[in-house]
Amino acid sequence: MWDIQVDDASLVNLVEAVLAVDVVTWARAQMAFTLAFHIILVPLGVSWAAMTLIANYRGLKHGDQNALRLAQRWSKYMAVTFAVGAVTGTVLSFEFGLLWPNFMEQWGEAFGIPFAFEGLFFFTEAVFIAIYIFGWRRLKPWTHFWTGVPVVLAGIFGSISVVAANAWMQTPQGFTLDDSGSITAVDPIAVILNPSMPLQAAHMLFAAYMVGPFLVASVYAVGLLRGKRDRYHRLGFIIAFTVAAIATPIQLGVGDSLARWVYDNQPMKFAAIELVPETASDVPETILGQLTDAWTVEGGIPIPGLASWLSDPSTGSATVIQGLDSFPRKDLPTVRQINIVHLSWDLMVGIGTLLFLLTLWYWAAWVFRKDMPKSRLFLWIASAGGVLSIIAMEAGWIVTEVGRQPWIVYELMLVEDAATANEGVVVTFFTVLALYLAVGVTTILVLRAMKRRFERREQAEDGFAEDDVPYGPSAPASVASSLEEGEG
Amino acid sequence: MTTVVAAALLLAVIAYAVFGGADFGAGFWDLFAGGDKRGAEPRRVIERAIGPVWEGNHVWLIFIFVVLWTGFSEAYASIWLTLFVPLTIAALGIVLRGAGFAFRKAVTTTRYQRIFGGAFAIPSLIVPYCMGAVVGAVASGRVPAGGIAGDPVDSWINPTSILGGILAVTVAAYLASVYLVVDAARVGQEGMVDYFRRRAVVTAVVAGLVAGAGIFVLREDAAYVFDGLTTRALPIVIASVLLGVISLVMLMRRSHAHLTRVTAALAVATIVLSWGVAQWDFILPETLTLEQASAPEGTLGALIVAAVLVVVLVGPAFIWLYRLDQQGMLPEESVENA
Repeated sequence: MWDIQVDDASLVNLVEAVLAVDVVTWARAQMAFTLAFHIILVPLGVSWAAMTLIANYRGLKHGDQNALRLAQRWSKYMAVTFAVGAVTGTVLSFEFGLLWPNFMEQWGEAFGIPFAFEGLFFFTEAVFIAIYIFGWRRLKPWTHFWTGVPVVLAGIFGSISVVAANAWMQTPQGFTLDDSGSITAVDPIAVILNPSMPLQAAHMLFAAYMVGPFLVASVYAVGLLRGKRDRYHRLGFIIAFTVAAIATPIQLGVGDSLARWVYDNQPMKFAAIELVPETASDVPETILGQLTDAWTVEGGIPIPGLASWLSDPSTGSATVIQGLDSFPRKDLPTVRQINIVHLSWDLMVGIGTLLFLLTLWYWAAWVFRKDMPKSRLFLWIASAGGVLSIIAMEAGWIVTEVGRQPWIVYELMLVEDAATANEGVVVTFFTVLALYLAVGVTTILVLRAMKRRFERREQAEDGFAEDDVPYGPSAPASVASSLEEGEG
Repeated sequence: MTTVVAAALLLAVIAYAVFGGADFGAGFWDLFAGGDKRGAEPRRVIERAIGPVWEGNHVWLIFIFVVLWTGFSEAYASIWLTLFVPLTIAALGIVLRGAGFAFRKAVTTTRYQRIFGGAFAIPSLIVPYCMGAVVGAVASGRVPAGGIAGDPVDSWINPTSILGGILAVTVAAYLASVYLVVDAARVGQEGMVDYFRRRAVVTAVVAGLVAGAGIFVLREDAAYVFDGLTTRALPIVIASVLLGVISLVMLMRRSHAHLTRVTAALAVATIVLSWGVAQWDFILPETLTLEQASAPEGTLGALIVAAVLVVVLVGPAFIWLYRLDQQGMLPEESVENA
């Protein structure tokens, strides 16, 4: 049936081509892939607990059984995504050494510090999520509610810690070097509170409070579209979407400030973002388009003066933006990287704007009609909101990281000098790729299976069971065996 | 300050061995529990015991890595460059294991439970072996100083690494079986109590034999650590042997199951401690001392602050969780059925 002739020579060529790619590229690919995967799980760990607590609070304060049921189920789903996030996060800590040993050797004494605190918050989060899940039936309702609060706080401070380490790579400080370039003294506070940290951390935090809620809301939007218009589904949508609708406008402001911060402090990255080959004032905001090898801008829709105007509204279109030509070429990202940065930027801003308009629609409906929008179009877009917000977050992260190239530590160490020389990375890359894809697909399937089981149970006995999820308390042996018989 | 951070590092390694080791060991017993029918009961006890653990024990491992790369970055780079292979296998194994466990409980059909069960149980054997092999490589001086790679093969396929790997697997299985005796008793499964007690006795003897044979391996292959074990670490070695014997006697006499948990954990803790003391004050024996490798004071101070905060903030919460798990549900339903 298959009429594909595998040409031995072309197969050999393919293998040779793969092997010809240098180790640094494979190392970057593996790091990028595992981070891109992990960063999807992070927002759920950070923001889902807050949504769960809102539902929990409502349930207790107003005796709202639907809200309580939401909180119970959300906490169980959270357990699964948290466990997957825990292992993918552990892998990242392996990869620092496996892929970037030279970076860690030279800069670990400074760069490593925020991770000590990240570990602390991760530990706190893990213990309190477990307490919260165990506490449903073992603690008094309000005591139980309060055990969820450390989860929210640990999520916030944990992500700030990780971003502090990343921000340090953008704006390294807090250390003294000797003549040979080794670190001789470290000021840990200056390392953590590096200039790039506050805005970058805020941007990531609000991203987490957009992605998590948009993702959860999109599940309920699909339910509503399919005609499940009962109070339970409405409430699930409203709690999640309201959180997203609060975070999105704030995120726009934070993102704007961060862009201006990059304009002031990382002009190379800014020139790549805005696609500015030559230093000039009255620079247009180019939507799409690309930089050619001859360093001219090709295609795209230029909006006259807007890039200058946004960079510093006080001077308007007279604002001068440093172009790529004002930096040594070897210090800059490659043309291909610049184009990736620019397109990712457009993607992030575009999706961000779309989601912002969606939240405006939502608020307008509440203000004028005292209800969420009824339109199917709204629900259609909202049901894509989860995936869209993930794409926007990934794009923003690409802007930050690819825009930093070719540096691993900005203007101090090149990525190529940081990487391992181990030729085996090509093998680990493909292994990790396959393994993570399998884990990703299975995570989604398992969450769906849990959902279906909850629904079945609800129809059968309308009961609350706490033993039906991983990492939850176990049923007493007698119950467990009777359950198994029932299901077998 | 270096000493304090090194001590914290050693404590974290001990904690990972005692808590994480038991997780891996539970996977070991899961793997060898037999077919679907025969293995159902032990697997249920195992699942119940791991439930509250959350992959949270990897925090110890992350903490070990953070202290290494921040506090002793030269040694960290050397270890990772040299031991690329076993560390990669361990990382992949951890992903499979954690995901497999979570997913097995979430699916209901036997076929999928079997697949995910395998994904959980097989790495439970491989990961501790790799960790033990890494320790063996460091202890036998096969990791060179200077942030450079040693031999990529001999560094982890050598007598001391093989000893370390086998010892890690046996000790993990031993700890898990001792803990599971109590877990089985708590849910009133007398059959399982005996089941795991028999296994605890067997693995205790095997672990003792491996450790005893290990002395000869170390004498030939890891001279510095052998000297340390027979001199300054000797009291700890003796304590470990005594604790092991006491645990074995209690297991065979079927008494003091709770106390046996403690003595067994201490027996394992003292094995790790004796290794640490034996290679003191080297982080890479005979090539790099802790002092030479250690970071500037500011960095060490930050690490100590973080370590103290872990003890102060997380410690009490951890105990609370443990007690919640032991305690039954509230008499009145706190949550109305929705």
